[in-house]
Amino acid sequence: MDSGRINRDEKLSTLKLTMVQYGILLMMLALAAGLWRLQVLGADNYRLQAEQNRIRKVPVLAARGKLFDRENRLVVDNYPSVSCFLVREQNRNVDDDLPLIARGLNLDLDQLRATLRRYRAAPGYQPIPIKQDITADEQAFIEAHRNELPELETIDEKRRLYPRDGFAAHLIGYVGEVSEEDLNQTRYAAYEPGDVVGKAGVEETYDELLRGQDGSRDVIVDSHGREVGYFGLQHAIPGQDLKLTIDIDLQRAAELALGSRNGAIVAMDPRNGEILAMVSRPSFDPNDFAVRINRADWNQLITDPEHPLMNKVIQAQLAPGSTFKILMSVAGLQEGIAQNLKVNCTGGWGPYGYFHQCDRRHGPVDIHNAIAYSCDTFFYQLGDRLGIDRVSKYATAFGFGQKTGIDLPGEQAGLMPSAQWKLKNYHNRWYPDETLDVAIGQGAVEATPLQLARIIGGIASGGHLVRPHVVFPDQLPPDFRKALLETFPGAGDAEFTIDPENWTIITDGMADVTQPAEFHTAGSAHLEGIDFAGKTGTAEVMSHGVSSRMAKSKSLLPNVWFVGLTPRRNPELVVAVLWQNGEFSYYPARIGAKVVSAYVEKQRRLANNLQPTKAAATVEMSAVWTVPAPTPASGSAARSPNQNAATDRVQTGRFLVDHGEIVAQAAPASAQKPRAPSGPGPRTTIASSVPAAAGKGQ
Amino acid sequence: MRRILSFRDFDWPLLATVLLLCTISVLEIYSATLHTKYIGFHTKQIYWIAGGLLAMFIFSKIDYHKLIDWVPWAYGVCLVALLAVLAVGQKVLGARRWIKLGPMHFQPSEWVKLVLILAVARYFANLGGRSLTTKDIFKAFVLVGIPMLLVIKQPDLGTTLTYTPILAAGLFLGGINIRQSIVLGTCAVVLVAGVWTSGKLLKPYQKARLTSFINPDNDPRGTGYQTKQALIAVGSGGVWGKGAAKGTQTQGDFLPIPHADFIFAAFGEEHGFAGALFVLLLYFFILMRLIQNAQTAADLSGSLIIMGVVAVLTFQIAVNVGMVIGFMPVTGIPLPLMSYGGSSVLFTFLALGVVMNIRMRRFVN
Repeated sequence: MDSGRINRDEKLSTLKLTMVQYGILLMMLALAAGLWRLQVLGADNYRLQAEQNRIRKVPVLAARGKLFDRENRLVVDNYPSVSCFLVREQNRNVDDDLPLIARGLNLDLDQLRATLRRYRAAPGYQPIPIKQDITADEQAFIEAHRNELPELETIDEKRRLYPRDGFAAHLIGYVGEVSEEDLNQTRYAAYEPGDVVGKAGVEETYDELLRGQDGSRDVIVDSHGREVGYFGLQHAIPGQDLKLTIDIDLQRAAELALGSRNGAIVAMDPRNGEILAMVSRPSFDPNDFAVRINRADWNQLITDPEHPLMNKVIQAQLAPGSTFKILMSVAGLQEGIAQNLKVNCTGGWGPYGYFHQCDRRHGPVDIHNAIAYSCDTFFYQLGDRLGIDRVSKYATAFGFGQKTGIDLPGEQAGLMPSAQWKLKNYHNRWYPDETLDVAIGQGAVEATPLQLARIIGGIASGGHLVRPHVVFPDQLPPDFRKALLETFPGAGDAEFTIDPENWTIITDGMADVTQPAEFHTAGSAHLEGIDFAGKTGTAEVMSHGVSSRMAKSKSLLPNVWFVGLTPRRNPELVVAVLWQNGEFSYYPARIGAKVVSAYVEKQRRLANNLQPTKAAATVEMSAVWTVPAPTPASGSAARSPNQNAATDRVQTGRFLVDHGEIVAQAAPASAQKPRAPSGPGPRTTIASSVPAAAGKGQ
Repeated sequence: MRRILSFRDFDWPLLATVLLLCTISVLEIYSATLHTKYIGFHTKQIYWIAGGLLAMFIFSKIDYHKLIDWVPWAYGVCLVALLAVLAVGQKVLGARRWIKLGPMHFQPSEWVKLVLILAVARYFANLGGRSLTTKDIFKAFVLVGIPMLLVIKQPDLGTTLTYTPILAAGLFLGGINIRQSIVLGTCAVVLVAGVWTSGKLLKPYQKARLTSFINPDNDPRGTGYQTKQALIAVGSGGVWGKGAAKGTQTQGDFLPIPHADFIFAAFGEEHGFAGALFVLLLYFFILMRLIQNAQTAADLSGSLIIMGVVAVLTFQIAVNVGMVIGFMPVTGIPLPLMSYGGSSVLFTFLALGVVMNIRMRRFVN
């Protein structure tokens, strides 16, 4: 049936078919060559790439070391926190889910979109962080929408928990993500982008110890970055816990004493340089930095004219005012001038044409009452006789114009002028008249509160000067300790022997400052029953030129100082108080007195092993005792329930106890069934909100 | 005299080789879809192959001359179907390629391939092997060009390109001379350059796809991603491969569509150079066997049909394997007999049915 259709004469030429065959052979050979190139020659390279594709090192974050106070009470803790990430999937368009995500996570939709846009160029497997530190509600939202929103992932982290309300914020510092500029410095060589580092205070100085060492997990992932398994786990080494020298009780007293005033307080043990309290105002909340701080808050912090981020204890360089007179007294006495200097104060002195005022007419003044009166006239004349070279020599020997070497970042050196300094910086010789300003702590002299605490504390200790520090050095590795001394150079520990006679004169003079008497500058800060010495200072802030430009404003009021000691000789505590624009120097003296009395009260309580007075009213306690005879053994208010008892009996009862004394029996005692005591009386926690962790796990 | 058509004349070695490839394909589809949402596709593929075999036997019973007689009608139906796709087709990932008929999804552009092979064979067989005039060549171009334009509109660049070897094979075997081929080659170059620069006929993503294979590292997350992942998959397979279901690129979902367009990369990763070479040898054997059948065919039209099939298969193998090993751009052309997909399997088996048909009739009269 088909025969008519078949034409056997028409055939394809064999040549052409052979050409096609060779062509196909050639193509096959080319493909085989391509396979050879990839699979035989390039195998190692591609195998490596395949491994890199699927194996990802996931860091296991090390817990940051905690911070404790000197009595092992917890100051800075970590808390578990959950962050939410968005994982992009190749075959899923998340844009439609964004409104739901934004609603569930309480995010701004536009902001969320902007975040995603920023990551548009990033590799698909890289999760996009969309919200840190999410709440339990938001976490529940993610869990509930696992199926609808598979792109949401959560990651557990540890975050820093700082005391609230900026408590000791400047001393502790804060942490944040390492910045790009930091990464270029050698000291951050071991850090990677995204690492959290200490940015200020102890967090910064001791970052190396606190941060520990992150571990890692080799995770097998698929192309979406989803974990499908893992092998190899390197445990994280937690950071070292650190014991701070501060005493939470004293820190709290200092925080309360300074209140919201613009200024600073530092309390130090001048015997060893341990900082017991450090307050700078205004303060900030380091918790704001633990989660990324928002731009508005940051701008407010850095533009505030009162510089909340500045640690004024070590960074405020201001004229020390009359507190400098202690140094003048040392110089004058050691040089044998002050002992014989008798001055009749008539309200000032001006041998070089310009009349330098004293704020009072003190009448006859000598070294014994000059300190308590803070008589400028006396110190003008003393300074004049000493001359700038000798003043500068003593000031420098005690540490003016040099950093103290405290283990906190950003300490300022202050300034101690000298003839040489003036020549170098102003190309002009020193005029004797200028020495008069220096003698009362004005002129070019600048000091930080910490410097004054170290210097005046050192003078009261007979010339034993110490390096202040906020972390007990015995817990540091030796290498780190050594590096610390190099990183924070300063006057440090030093000895300057002051003649005992002179020492007595100066310390007695400082003790008189707080005695209520005429002309005594801080009589109102007197503390009954406490050997409390100190020196006030008032430093005019308006220099001659500036006064005209700045009209009447608060910032024209003088900065006022007080450096307090207890006891007057070989003090256990030195407190430096600065109140910027505080006007009257007995204000800071009263603030200092509060800190001193808090300290002394605590020491006395400890010495008598008493609970703090603030242990509130009466406390109910239960007790168990035996009754050997018809009469109760103790002289307490407990009555014997059974007079006929011939043998010893177990007796229980409950009492109301106030200040260690039993005031009343709370419940009738039961003779028959001794009840287990309901535990000791409630221990009063002193730390504001953080309970002390007894043993720190390593 | 007439001989009874018998399955003894069936090309059993060819069928055996094809079925061996299909087995490899099913196993690799199983391995590649093990951890994906496509799991179970290998059983679907078995159904498609079974259906294909059935269709092949049916087609082998129908005299190919009858098919050639029907071709003008089929060609018309194809054009209507392609127009229908453009009008009412299902839109998937921005392209209209499928028509939904009840539960079935048809991709007419695959069937057009077969019809075109027959149509081109009919056209050149009718010319009877004489040297071609310019008019003959122009007519051939129109014959293939109309469906090409309709398919590229969908847009489906890959399938469009598979039509070109049909035309090329027809022209080459139908009697084009050297001068004409040089002129045509020049025209083709000019046309391609024109299409490339016009900026209208090719969409930007198509252009990006076509160029990114040259240096996939330029854009490793974009269009170069697939090329790069395929290269890593194939390369990391080494000589002996990582073992069945152990390819990290395949199992970790790094390799795109490892059961379809990139099945050769998945196979190359898991079975290495040795396995890949074996598959290439099977393809080589199939193609050689087909050419032999073309040689022994009873008449010119039979030879031309088989050579059309050879042209399409060769083109698809070259482009797909070339894409996987970085020689060719990513075009979405499946690997015949290996890639998952009903339309592709059915086309291949129908084409084989026609080939068997021709072979069985080689001694007729």
